[in-house]
Amino acid sequence: MAQVVPAEGDVRRVIGDGETVADGAVDGLDESDLLALYRQLVLMRAYDERSVVYHRQGRIGTYAIYWGHEAMQVGSVYALGADDWIFPSYRESAIGLLRGMPPETVLSWWRGHPAGWWDPRQYRVASICVPIATHIPHAVGLAWGRKLRGESTCAIAYFGDGATSEGAFHEGANFAAVMRAPAILFCNNNGWAISTPVSAQTRAETLADKAKGYGMPGVRVDGGDVLAVFEATREAVNRAKGGGGPTFIEAITYRCAPHATADDPSSYIDPERVERERANECLVRFERYLRRLGVLTDGLVEEARVEALDTMRAGIAAAEALPPPDPSLVFENAYAEPPPTLGDSF
Amino acid sequence: MPVRTLVEAVNDALRTEMELDENVLVLGEDVGTLGGVFRATAGLQDRFGPDRCIDTPLAEAGILGTAVGLAMAGWRPVCEMQYDAFSYPCLDQLICHVGRYRWRTAGAMDFPITIRMPYGGGVRAPELHEDSPETYYVHTPGIKVAVPSTPADAKGLLAAAIRSPDPVVVLEPKLLYRTARDEVPDGEHVVPLGEARLAQEGADVTLIAWGSMVNVALGAAGEAGADVEVLDIRSLKPLDEETILASVRKTGRAIVVQEAPRVAGFGAEVAALLAEKAILDLQAPVVRVTGYDVPFPYWTIEDEYMPTPARVAAAIRHVLEF
Repeated sequence: MAQVVPAEGDVRRVIGDGETVADGAVDGLDESDLLALYRQLVLMRAYDERSVVYHRQGRIGTYAIYWGHEAMQVGSVYALGADDWIFPSYRESAIGLLRGMPPETVLSWWRGHPAGWWDPRQYRVASICVPIATHIPHAVGLAWGRKLRGESTCAIAYFGDGATSEGAFHEGANFAAVMRAPAILFCNNNGWAISTPVSAQTRAETLADKAKGYGMPGVRVDGGDVLAVFEATREAVNRAKGGGGPTFIEAITYRCAPHATADDPSSYIDPERVERERANECLVRFERYLRRLGVLTDGLVEEARVEALDTMRAGIAAAEALPPPDPSLVFENAYAEPPPTLGDSF
Repeated sequence: MPVRTLVEAVNDALRTEMELDENVLVLGEDVGTLGGVFRATAGLQDRFGPDRCIDTPLAEAGILGTAVGLAMAGWRPVCEMQYDAFSYPCLDQLICHVGRYRWRTAGAMDFPITIRMPYGGGVRAPELHEDSPETYYVHTPGIKVAVPSTPADAKGLLAAAIRSPDPVVVLEPKLLYRTARDEVPDGEHVVPLGEARLAQEGADVTLIAWGSMVNVALGAAGEAGADVEVLDIRSLKPLDEETILASVRKTGRAIVVQEAPRVAGFGAEVAALLAEKAILDLQAPVVRVTGYDVPFPYWTIEDEYMPTPARVAAAIRHVLEF
């Protein structure tokens, strides 16, 4: 069993603070796993930070920032099997990188270029869902559909705290439980839905409490703790594949960046809290943990950083090298068998 | 050839397609044990088991939303919406995902989802049991729409919908579920989408209708004392423009009969088509006989809303005397 250090009531945590809270460990992760997780965190951070720069340079369009959410994405995906499916919201736009998707694909998506579409089967990553929560039933349907075929795979859907107010969340969660779908509902509770705090979304004490109403386990985990996220997700994956049905995971963090490049949070967010949270964000916490363990050297840190930045440089270069899309693509792909009058108009 | 009611033909189509393709599954509210509130899915759970004829929670958006995932897992889901107006919660999934997902994958994945529902009025039912919602569906890119008016077409169009690689909405006129009885071919029977049916040949005026309005048009043809052609367009998208234009070229007069509310209904689309492509063939304005822009009335006064043979006959006289 994983050794989990409880903190803040029932919020699961593995990484300590180096002072009063001791570090834990997760069974089954060796040094190479820990370093792989670190490299993935660095890559995801590089993607996000470079994207904000690319946006300011006019090289990508409006971009939904996920700074500080990397541990939730990396830790959970690391717990999945290669055949398990990922259903991202726009906050997880680059999660395909963890499945080998090249950054130019995601950058093209944010550049409004059709090269940003992909075949979901190639990476077992569904298309980025823009409307809130409506992809949760898709993940549930896929998980259920594969279970009906006798396959032992699961699906994970990512969504924010605001999404739990949507009907699609409710219907997806309820279907998942009723059908005992091997699904994981992963809520990144970063405290904010643009300017609306989670306290204005619900009177429930915790979002995980909602799981009880559906008859599924609800787990709270420190979303800034990549190991705790991994452990909670692994438990959910095992439950799903063992026929135990879905799990709701509430991963708790604090949004330290604007909702998107078009957002100015200064009118609603507490800057002191942001400063405090940024000093303890998920990448630096894991880095300090690994240093306390003695497995991370300055050389490895620099190597991971350079590698990630090189990947991004190559990615934006590849995206910008794409020829402009063929305008005739406007009429392609909406139908397998298009109506003959599809392009009619003056 | 066996004689079946329209709802029996729907059942026959489902059974036949489920026999032919083990990836076809049916899901919806009360479709399993009960066999559907109109018995359209009667016997399917006994024949194919509870994993292929699935009783779902009462959640229309959840039914269609999970169907998207089921399609991604290789199934061909046939979703029943219990009534026309109960389908409105599923519009979120339909507009945001069902009609767009193939396009979003650059054509890599098909979403062969069928959504079928009883629709339309004249059945003396409570509020929100008698709507004609075809325009919402036909206006949604990526979605095809079929509306049968005969038992044979109910089977054939539903089979075409289930086999289509594209998502198709099939609206079944519930007024005709048990009143329409006719010969229906046994076994495989497919009516391709996009082909109108000549319901009655005539030379003086073309009536264009779909669903339960086809019978209203045929009734009017008998009352009007003119040589009336009746087209049952059957498939609103894709639309058989050629057959409509050829008929109006011959008759020079066109009337569209539509049960749905008037403004921006599908009849307006047909009228616009004729204005754009047939104006020099027309000897009179295109006339619409439609429902009104009101909620479908309380059933004791619903006949005031429904287009009737008398209203259509008046329109026929109007265009003939123009």
